[in-house]
Amino acid sequence: MKRFILKRLGYALISLVLLSVTIFLFVRLTGDPAVLLVEPGASQADIDAIRVQFGLDRPLWVQYGHFAMSLLRGDLGHSFYYRTPVLELYLSRLPYSLLLAAAAMAFSLVIGIPTGIIAAVRVNRWWDSAGKVFALLGLSLPSFWVGLLLILFFSVYLGWLPSSGSGSAAHVVMPAFALGWYFAAAHMRLTRSSMLDVLGSEYVKLARLKGLPEALVISKHAFKNALIPVLTLAGINLVIMVNVAVVVETVFAWPGVGRLLAEGIAFRDFPVVQATVILGGAMIVIVNLLVDILYAVIDPRIRLER
Amino acid sequence: MTSRSATLTVAWRLASFRSEGFPLIAMSILGGLLFIAVFANVLAPHDPEVGSLGERFRPPFWQQGGSEKFLLGSDHLGRDVLSRLIFGARVSIVVAFTAVLFAGVVGTVLGILSGYLGGWVDQVIMRVTDAWLAIPALTYAIFLAAVVGPSEMNIVIILGLVYWTRYARVIRGEVLSLKERDFVRLAIVAGCSKRTIMKRHILPNVLNSAIVLGTLMLGVVVVTEAALSFLGVGVPPPKPAWGLMLADGKKGLMAGYWWLTVLPGCCIMLMVLSANLLGDWLRVKFDPQLRQL
Amino acid sequence: MSDAPLLELRKLSTHYVSARGTRVVRAVDEVSLTLAPGSTLGVVGESGSGKSTLALTILRLLPPAAKIVSGEILFEGEDLLTKSDVEMRRVRGKRIAMILQDPMASLNPLFTIGDQVSEPLRVHEGVGRRSAWSRATDLLKAVRIPAPEARVREYPHQMSGGMRQRIVGAIAISCAPRLLIADEPTTSLDLTIQAQYLNLLRDLQREHRLALIFITHNLGIVAKMCDQVAVMYGGRLVEWGPVTRIFDAPAHPYTRALLESIPRMGDGRERLTAIEGQPPDLAAPPTGCAFHPRCPQAMSRCREEAPPETGLGPSHTARCWLNVPAAGPTAAPTATR
Repeated sequence: MKRFILKRLGYALISLVLLSVTIFLFVRLTGDPAVLLVEPGASQADIDAIRVQFGLDRPLWVQYGHFAMSLLRGDLGHSFYYRTPVLELYLSRLPYSLLLAAAAMAFSLVIGIPTGIIAAVRVNRWWDSAGKVFALLGLSLPSFWVGLLLILFFSVYLGWLPSSGSGSAAHVVMPAFALGWYFAAAHMRLTRSSMLDVLGSEYVKLARLKGLPEALVISKHAFKNALIPVLTLAGINLVIMVNVAVVVETVFAWPGVGRLLAEGIAFRDFPVVQATVILGGAMIVIVNLLVDILYAVIDPRIRLER
Repeated sequence: MTSRSATLTVAWRLASFRSEGFPLIAMSILGGLLFIAVFANVLAPHDPEVGSLGERFRPPFWQQGGSEKFLLGSDHLGRDVLSRLIFGARVSIVVAFTAVLFAGVVGTVLGILSGYLGGWVDQVIMRVTDAWLAIPALTYAIFLAAVVGPSEMNIVIILGLVYWTRYARVIRGEVLSLKERDFVRLAIVAGCSKRTIMKRHILPNVLNSAIVLGTLMLGVVVVTEAALSFLGVGVPPPKPAWGLMLADGKKGLMAGYWWLTVLPGCCIMLMVLSANLLGDWLRVKFDPQLRQL
Repeated sequence: MSDAPLLELRKLSTHYVSARGTRVVRAVDEVSLTLAPGSTLGVVGESGSGKSTLALTILRLLPPAAKIVSGEILFEGEDLLTKSDVEMRRVRGKRIAMILQDPMASLNPLFTIGDQVSEPLRVHEGVGRRSAWSRATDLLKAVRIPAPEARVREYPHQMSGGMRQRIVGAIAISCAPRLLIADEPTTSLDLTIQAQYLNLLRDLQREHRLALIFITHNLGIVAKMCDQVAVMYGGRLVEWGPVTRIFDAPAHPYTRALLESIPRMGDGRERLTAIEGQPPDLAAPPTGCAFHPRCPQAMSRCREEAPPETGLGPSHTARCWLNVPAAGPTAAPTATR
């Protein structure tokens, strides 16, 4: 198991480095970085000053060196708008995004897994067809539109739920639903196909040959095995949710990092934009690594391997 | 038939279309959208970018306060929603098709090179793909749009850049298994140059997957473009894009001006739904084993 | 010890029907045979001849596309086809057990050996957890697995192929069934282990008075292990009877061809004898007798009509026009018991 973990760690590090290089290159190679790195409305003198400050006239690899060093120090720049270090800003908003993502993930699993299992057990019958329609709708309805429709029904017409802000549990319901909607469909699809694979396996056949009641075959032998890929995906999706929540957070004025990104765009606050993307990407790489490690712990085949 | 059972029948029909034959509904919708996009100038009753401030927030004609002049209502600047939807179809279709084409061409070529040539070419392309795929497409697109500034052209390039990696991955996988097939080996033995093999043997065989992936990507790209426009980094105003209309529509949402939100969203939904149905049908038709798409 | 057969199949037929009802595959076509308690029946045939489908039919564990269209399965006097799902479940694992071909795939990778071996005991006999585990350990001992107390806590992937197949065997005998069906249990084992495993099966059989149905394509195993043999071709039972009689004087050309294709030391042949042609496509089988395109003794009648089951002696039947008396009605006497 140790070797497995070390290997994954290595991959994660490579990904992180590549991520930073990509972001770095994009800013340097497209457009004029100096314009981005100054506040909107700066004078030409300011722009020139920034050029010197960031060493934009130096060779690329020197610039990257500075860039990487500051990243490692935790210096991701200062927000023009908020006048605070971006990292601080990001970390203060992160809990909200995590809360939203957790709620959306819970929703998507609670809906997705059971529907997927039932669709697989009752494959090609009514419930499966309904599941397919659900999956299709999940893919086709943009999350922010779902959010807007929810506001229309539950805030404007029915007045049951608040349309923005983050004060109470009621505030989380609609954003979580809108964000989780797409993932519920994705999880359902994966659960269904994973379950179908498992139901066709030899050990399930043997379980039936043992004369076990069907409910036990499904709940004990099939379920646990089928869940492995789904939970792996769910772990990764959690972090993805944090990142793609930008539109949902904007719709509901939810004070998470997604909204921070949207503000960065609206206010032309480039350090915020850059940092959000880097941190978001880094989170995904790290969570991928953690999920792999968790996998190693749970699956006895990997755990007991030398 | 009660409305509930009618809905179920439609839903069941949609689902069974997926497993049975030609997706008639999907193709009609896509064809219709294409038609609308091409003939927008003729079909739209008004100029989509000009509005009269005296006619703001008019509801659709069947509601009280609506008029025949603005069949589907007007927005916060008095612009006709129907005309904007029609021209928006053109914008969405042009952007989506072009982006998918761009991503498809780049991704397929790189996928073939990566899969067939192997070695360091493969390593480099795969590492770049991995780095690209580490970040969700939307985040990447937002970042790039913030760097280069929004314009219709930029959006197409950005979307292409963000999505080519998915093509490359899938195509590379196909190429890897194609490489082992006898007809490729025969071509190698016969002394064909690598370029010839890639062009004449590999390319036509991956084209199927590329097309299926393209149709499935169409829906994704449309949604991403709508999200970008919604956030203000997509197609810039005053051009009518459905995503932009949703952003504008949000302003009137609390006041109950539902048509500004529901209608553009419906258009997006129809287009994405049709693209997905078409893609699924193509996927099964071409090869029922293409499950990893 | 009664003389009544343990298992009796009467004109059993299983068909696979495609989703639109257009293609019908006769996987098992009117198979009739009997099995005495404690005896061993070998079922041989090429791939696709219907052997495995027959086994799954007896246990009624067919995939949804398959249907048992006619016949009876009499086990200890009861027709299994009339049983409800719940009743069948009580039969499976408890009164009739089955071993599958691939032992690695048969065991659930996420659960311990002890868990999986004790499961039938806990489900069928309501044995409590602790005692089920100790009985599982005893079962592992019975199938000659060294250090069973340690093995019980381990996971399938930690075992070798031979051990896994023994574990599957332990699971099968755990509730003392009367009949064990083994579907090519030694095919994926090393040759050296195969012999050990077969000996184990024979010993278990003797100890527990177990009847055994052994599905294989290996006639050598049949010769060594089985009292009776059933030869299947194209879903039909072309010959069935005592091993010694059939191996000495096969009544059906296919059986004869199978026996001749086994190379024997010192028989003077230069080349291996293979059977010409391909196995039949069960969705579009040849008219008449399914074997006639490949049969060296085919007559014009074989193409027109499928031969009926002809009795050749006590518990010996064959389906071949060669065995039907030329004069007299075509309704030949069916198998006597």
